[in-house]
Amino acid sequence: MQLSTETISDALVVTVEEPRIDAAVAIQFKEAMREAAAAGPARVVLDLSRVTFLDSSGLGAVVAVMKHLAPARLELAGLTPAVARVFRLTRMDSVFTIHPAPTDAA
Amino acid sequence: MQHSGECRPQGLRLQVPGNALAVRRALALMTRGLADIGQSAAQIESAEMVMAEVLNNVVEHAYDSHPGLIEIHFDNDPRGMVCTVLDDGRPMPGHALPQGHLPPTQTELALQPEGGFGWHLIRSLTRDLSYERRADRNRLSFRLPVVAG
Repeated sequence: MQLSTETISDALVVTVEEPRIDAAVAIQFKEAMREAAAAGPARVVLDLSRVTFLDSSGLGAVVAVMKHLAPARLELAGLTPAVARVFRLTRMDSVFTIHPAPTDAA
Repeated sequence: MQHSGECRPQGLRLQVPGNALAVRRALALMTRGLADIGQSAAQIESAEMVMAEVLNNVVEHAYDSHPGLIEIHFDNDPRGMVCTVLDDGRPMPGHALPQGHLPPTQTELALQPEGGFGWHLIRSLTRDLSYERRADRNRLSFRLPVVAG
């Protein structure tokens, strides 16, 4: 699972560099996020603008990452339409702070 | 008299090994195939969402102990595509479909659910969902309604 990171003010911005977070990579995604945030930033912004597909396994993995990072905050940015639809249909869009674009978050 | 629909395939058939990586490849094949049989981008998006959940369920539950093939049929229909998914794995618990109720909403972060979303997604996006266990096979069928745009 390819991730890139950048620190912008108080936030670690983690960009998912792959188009899918699904059952095939849910575990790798969680592990990669754990490593990326190992330094313990207060705030992590997950940039999903390159992700065009997320299934319920991917959604569960994002929730697991949020719980693992606590008390640090996990926020989401750049949700593409299909991904936003999954969050909306499952009502998990009310659980996360979701920014339209990564630049809005930092 | 020429009928423009005559030269276009009216359905798709796929046979997919029951593992997560094969499911990924099958979904890619499926989205291309559905475009070729004239489905809209919106319909293809819904089809991919539903099929990902359905196929992942087969891989994780029906074929959890023994691998097998998953057979997928798509058939064009005026009210939207009819889809059938067949596998030779373990039966659905109680030989019945999960209701797909979302886990109750939580305010506490530590209690947020990490699962239980799949059947809700399937039920939200399909009509006429039905399951049958027949001749040692699981048979799930549903219709993907026509989506505007």
